[in-house]
This record gives sequence, C-alpha cells and structure tokens, in this order.
Amino acid sequence: MINKIVQSMAEAMAGIRDGSVVLIGGFGSIGQPNALIEGLIEQGAKDLTVVANNSGVGHVGLAALLETGRVRKIICSFPRTADPVVFEKLWREGRIELECVPQGTMAERMRAAGAGIPAFFTPTAVGTKLAAGKEERTINGRRYILEEALYGDVALVEAWEADRWGNLTYKSSARNFNPVMATAAKLTIVQTQHIVELGALDAEKVVTPGIYVERVLYVPYGEPTVT
Amino acid sequence: MNAAASILAGCKPMTRREIAARLADDIPEGWHVNLGIGAPLQVADYVPQEREVIFQSENGILGMGPAPEPDQINRWLINAGKQYITLRTGGSYMHHADSFALIRGGHLDLCVLGAFQVAENGDLANWSTSDNESAPAVGGAMDLAAGTPRLWVLMEHLTKTGESRLVRRCTYPLTAVGVVKRVYTNLAVIDVSADGFAVRDMVPGLTLEALQQVTDAPLRMVR
Repeated sequence: MINKIVQSMAEAMAGIRDGSVVLIGGFGSIGQPNALIEGLIEQGAKDLTVVANNSGVGHVGLAALLETGRVRKIICSFPRTADPVVFEKLWREGRIELECVPQGTMAERMRAAGAGIPAFFTPTAVGTKLAAGKEERTINGRRYILEEALYGDVALVEAWEADRWGNLTYKSSARNFNPVMATAAKLTIVQTQHIVELGALDAEKVVTPGIYVERVLYVPYGEPTVT
Repeated sequence: MNAAASILAGCKPMTRREIAARLADDIPEGWHVNLGIGAPLQVADYVPQEREVIFQSENGILGMGPAPEPDQINRWLINAGKQYITLRTGGSYMHHADSFALIRGGHLDLCVLGAFQVAENGDLANWSTSDNESAPAVGGAMDLAAGTPRLWVLMEHLTKTGESRLVRRCTYPLTAVGVVKRVYTNLAVIDVSADGFAVRDMVPGLTLEALQQVTDAPLRMVR
C-alpha cells in the first residue's frame, strides 16, 4: 500500500542535505509552508540555496530561515515585503547572495525543470540588465534570451487537501508557486490543512497528481494571519 | 514656484484617481486586463460592474473583484499588491507558471503599469531608479511589459522636482524595450507612435506649447 503521509516533522525533513536547492512555495505569506520551514530550521541543513518569490516578512517563516545564516543564496523575483528586515540586513552585510529573476521567468524555469526542458527562449528581460551575459537570439524578427531550467533538490509545498497517494488541492490564491515547485524537485514535501481518504478528492479537481509528491505532513493551522 | 509650475499655472492637473478614471473610460467590455500594483490598481474602481472587464492578477487569479467587506475576508485570496480581494462570479485560479504563460503568451488585451520614465521609442523604466542603492526587486514587471501586446502607462507627467518623465531615452534601468503604447498622465493622454509621442488630449486650459515646455521629448498632436 502506498502511503506518503508521515507522522512527524523529523520524518518529513529526513535526508535534506547541506548545499541543497530548496524551492519554497508562497506569494508573500499566502501559500508559504511555514511549518515545514520551521522543520527545516530544526533539521539544521545549511549552505542552502532557496528559491522563493519573496524574501520573508518580519522574523517568521522564510525570514526565520534566512536569520539562521544557513541560506547562502536566494533566487527571488521580489525580495521586498511589508517588513523585509532580515533579508535587507543580510544583503547589506554581504552575507547572502541574491539572484533577482523576473517572476514569470522564475516560474517557467521551474516548469521547464519539471517537464524535461533544459532551457528555453523568452522575450522577458530582453534589453535589460537582467539579460546581461545571457545568450540572445532573434526568432521571426523578435529578440529572446535563453533561460535555463531551475531544478530543486527539495520543494516545500503548502496544500489544502491531500490523500495518501499525495494528490493535492490548493486554496484560492495560495496555489501560486506550489504546484510548479512540486514538479521541479527530486523530493517534494507537503504540509496540508486536511488529510482525506483516497478517492475522496474529485479526480477532475486534483491540481497536483501524487506522482510529484514524496511526503505529506498534516498541519492544520487554520488561516494565515499576514499577507 | 518652479519653472514647470508657472508654465502649468493656467490648468488644473488631474489627481491620481482622476487619471485612473480617465483611463478606465477607454477600457471596453470584454477585455482581459492586468493592473500593476500601486496607482494602476485604482483603475478597477472606475470600471462599472455591468461593463464586464476581466481583471487578472499575476499570482494566479482571473476575474479579480473589489476588496471584501471586513467580515467577508477570504484570507487565502490576495492580489499582486498583497491586499485582500474577492473573486467575481465566473472567476478562476491558476498556478504561477500558467499565470505567466497567459501573460507572456499575449492573451491579455491590456496591461496598465506605473513608470519612472517612458521614452519616445516606447522603452519603459519602472522597476529600479539606481544600480546599487537597494536589493534589485523586479517582480512581474518585465514579464508583463514584454508579454502584453497593449501596454499603457499611468504616471505623473513630472517628477517631484519638476523633471519630465516622458523622455527621449530612459536614464533609469529598463524594464522592457519598445513596449509602451500609450501614457496617461495628470496632464495629458499621449500615444507612443512610430515617430514619437502623439498627444490625444490634454487637461482643460493646457496648450500643446505649454505641455511641450515641460516635456523632454518632442510632442505633436495625434493626426
């Protein structure tokens, strides 16, 4: 019997190595798997590269992970939030490397990773400083730059419902980067608000099929309190 | 009174909300529209519900509705500016890769963005005013600018110190090359045409000569 549901945070975090590339879902705090991030802090892996849209609010969640000093580099579209104190301090002190990537390029680089596409041409960022050093080609009269797939060793995902096969649904705009990150990592770890029986999810409405998911942890925390 | 202020003494510039309302008048029913964070988001307030315009939010929402009543907030539903919003009847969710595929694929009818500068060749500078002051943060601006076939900019005509935001060539870091189709400022509505800026209309009391005096690139009336 396949059962991806794990019983403890330690089990969920087992085997995450130093130097890993960790994809973390969420747009701001919505859809950000804060319990798993706390688990990763507890687990202790270091020298990490984190891929996330933002850079953390206050001193919780992603910001708390950055504050441990175990994140060497963050790949991010918008390292600003209502309260980006931790990231700003690390960045000013030169203690974290930042790769600023246009949001759609970041999403597509992970989609490509999950879909077996090593690189793609995109019109986004052509002629800007974010295209510096990138291969450019003109196709049918329009300029494009080459962007490479972005693979994760680990993805931390927040779902709304999950079953023991790892089939997932999401809640409203908390879907955001979570499904595409689930496809792009070797080890996808999910925290979910609800665990349901196999067969309870409408097959027509499953967003992430279980093939992309390795571990599911039940974390019923209620509603997000910050955006 | 600085030079720009004395030139403009005979007219009344629009407020941000008046610019948003002016722009909203030009959005027909049936368009799919992305509004950038900040002032462009106010455009939605001036499109009446009965005129069905579908707003997209880059974080995976099609059919974004207005802010909820305080006791009706869905805490899982925010817009690109991270404000609570509602979903209109008929609205739908998608993940981020699909959301930006929609944007990059040219499916939107219109994108409205704010800007620091727009050049007469349509170049847009709206994400950074310096090379190293703070950490670079581009968000979805470059994807929206490169991907949307019709890009309108909503911005003040002048900076706080009276410099023109409409320029021959952008001096701030570019967001995209040759993409802006029209600019709505507090003084005028100006098309970006193959041969530069073409004024569609101006606030009452303003002349083309006066507008030209506060604009760093050549202007002509729309033919």
